[in-house]
Amino acid sequence: MGREPGRARLPPSDRVPVVSDVFAQALNGLAYGVLLFLLSVGLTLIFGMLDIVNLAHGSYYMLGAYAGVTVLMMTESFWLALVVAPVAVGVVGAVVERLCLRPLYRRGPLDQVLLTFGLIYLFEDLVKWIWGGRIRSIPAPALLTTSVNVLGATVPSYRVFVIVFGLAVAVALWLLVEKTRLGAVIRAGVFDSEMAAGMGIPIDRVFTGVFAFGAGLAGLSGVIAGPIQSAAPSIGATILIPALIVVVVGGLGSLKGSLVGSLIIGQAETFGKAWLPGASMLMIYAVMALILMLRPQGLFGRPLK
Amino acid sequence: MKAVTRRTFLGGAAATAVGVAGGPWVLRAHAQSGPLKVGLVLPYTGAYAVLGESITQGMELVFARENWTVAGRKIEMIKEDDEMKPPVGIRKTEKLIDSDKVDILTGPVHSGILLGMRDKVHASKTILIVSNAGADDISRAKCSKWIFRTSFSNWQPNWPMGPWVAKHVSKEVFVTAPNYQAGKDQLGAFKESFLASGGRVIGEDYPKLGETDYAPYLTKIKQSGAKAVYAFFSGTDAVGFVRQFDEFGLKQSVKLTGAGFLVEPDVLPAQGKAALGIISGHFYTPLLDNPTNVRFVKDFREKFGGKMPDGFACQGYDTAESIVRAVKATNGNTQDKEKLVAVLEKTEFESPRGQFRFDPKTHNVIQPYIYVREVKEVAGGLNNVPIDKVADVKDPGTGCTLPA
Repeated sequence: MGREPGRARLPPSDRVPVVSDVFAQALNGLAYGVLLFLLSVGLTLIFGMLDIVNLAHGSYYMLGAYAGVTVLMMTESFWLALVVAPVAVGVVGAVVERLCLRPLYRRGPLDQVLLTFGLIYLFEDLVKWIWGGRIRSIPAPALLTTSVNVLGATVPSYRVFVIVFGLAVAVALWLLVEKTRLGAVIRAGVFDSEMAAGMGIPIDRVFTGVFAFGAGLAGLSGVIAGPIQSAAPSIGATILIPALIVVVVGGLGSLKGSLVGSLIIGQAETFGKAWLPGASMLMIYAVMALILMLRPQGLFGRPLK
Repeated sequence: MKAVTRRTFLGGAAATAVGVAGGPWVLRAHAQSGPLKVGLVLPYTGAYAVLGESITQGMELVFARENWTVAGRKIEMIKEDDEMKPPVGIRKTEKLIDSDKVDILTGPVHSGILLGMRDKVHASKTILIVSNAGADDISRAKCSKWIFRTSFSNWQPNWPMGPWVAKHVSKEVFVTAPNYQAGKDQLGAFKESFLASGGRVIGEDYPKLGETDYAPYLTKIKQSGAKAVYAFFSGTDAVGFVRQFDEFGLKQSVKLTGAGFLVEPDVLPAQGKAALGIISGHFYTPLLDNPTNVRFVKDFREKFGGKMPDGFACQGYDTAESIVRAVKATNGNTQDKEKLVAVLEKTEFESPRGQFRFDPKTHNVIQPYIYVREVKEVAGGLNNVPIDKVADVKDPGTGCTLPA
């Protein structure tokens, strides 16, 4: 592969300092990691609370992107799409939890995996039926179409927005879970749902709420990723793998794990692409294997019984 | 109402018995007046379903024009979804050949499926008209007497672009494509002629197929100081790459060029203005002003709800046109495969892309032109405006030993 013979030929003044090369890639990795966080945090919340590996999580991401496309077509406002689409997806999530998942709580995990796996195909066909198979996209808001210079590295201003927005969501979620009464209820449910029910907490309503909230977060990430990626019926299945990797690395059910795991995988994949062309996927699996060897329960997961 | 007597009942039963017993024999005797079965192995679900749809629509346009009959035989399309997975595609191919006993097979989109089905097709002497997959090998070491191709070899749209880019754009280019066979074939053809024209490749990268974040690669392109990029991507990859290329502000300093699939109508609307100015090589654009194409675009848009035909639709059209012409020339006889091959080799007609003919040496289409196209804003939105062309682009066919 070309070891960039062209670069040596450039006059020294044109050469980009290596430090700035690394810095630019680190920023790319940060933006990508934050996107992974928005995508995976809902998955880990749902797992922590409901003990369900929701394989259809990527489908809520896809539904969010399509709902965003529709809101944008109707109102031409990205910001409205950012609010309306996640709410709509949350409603879909609530319906799925009530109608499909609820009857399966007492059954084994295999039934749940089969159901949520089947939902991927159902949503894919549903989207094709409503929106058609064509690839769609969400344009970035006009405010954020330029790029900015951060310490010598060029970063599109939309990616700066993604970083800031994602970290703000992380802080808000942390405050919600750690500092509010609702958060205490959720934590109680995660810790021991039967005991929580015994204490008079309406646990089934909390389950529906958490599932809808997790789905809504996936929908939110679908809109946020819209201006960078594209919306196609197949993306729900594609995006699931990185989300699962993040959740496994960070620890199933851990909010903090989801954030740290996303940032680690974001950097690993980005530097893998930059430095080990052709082996970038190997890089993230190697990181995952290494972490699982040291901590089988993931970085912040509860110790395995 | 007539009562069922013993006699009429027995008569009916006897007739039924004869019908059942004589079934296979009767079918065989009437095979050539039975329907003409055309089997399609194409993606109808997943990211590439839009390609399968365009190819199928191009075929349907021709068959509908013929009132779904050719040489007295009804045309019957049997569509199988290959899901872009080689094992599935190969299984569907076996089903179409062994159980459906199709007269003519067409498809696939995926080169891996084409290479996988090749031996089965060759051994069973089934006529296959390839309507998309560009694996160079099918026109080279793995060519077959029974396999024709109306679409392209991966080499064809790229090879003419090398000298063109070296002359008109830049002699220093960064090249990139997804990390799979077609990506490497396509870039290989470009590099071959680009290097021969005095060009230098100053960097190359192969992101995974289905990549969603191109930022690391775009940063490397920026740091390489390249004045131009030559890229091959398609589907969601093409949308992601082109939009992020613009997002990173590379458009101001780096000219983006590539194989035509980068900006085909299946991806152009989703790319939007980010695609403006991209230069690409392809055998087709809906803006060609030859009369066949003008009529093709008009009929296609009328039949399919205003949809603009793309190269894939043109491939479907030419596949169906070849089938119709060949079966007419043999008066509906598809049993004599040797005859059908001989007729197909000589098939020549006005296609939307220009004068269509197969290369008798490889059975691959000789591209009447490879057009150099630029994405511009025209009436009806963004489109690929032809700005230059190279005539009679024929795959070198190295290693193919079909009798010429």
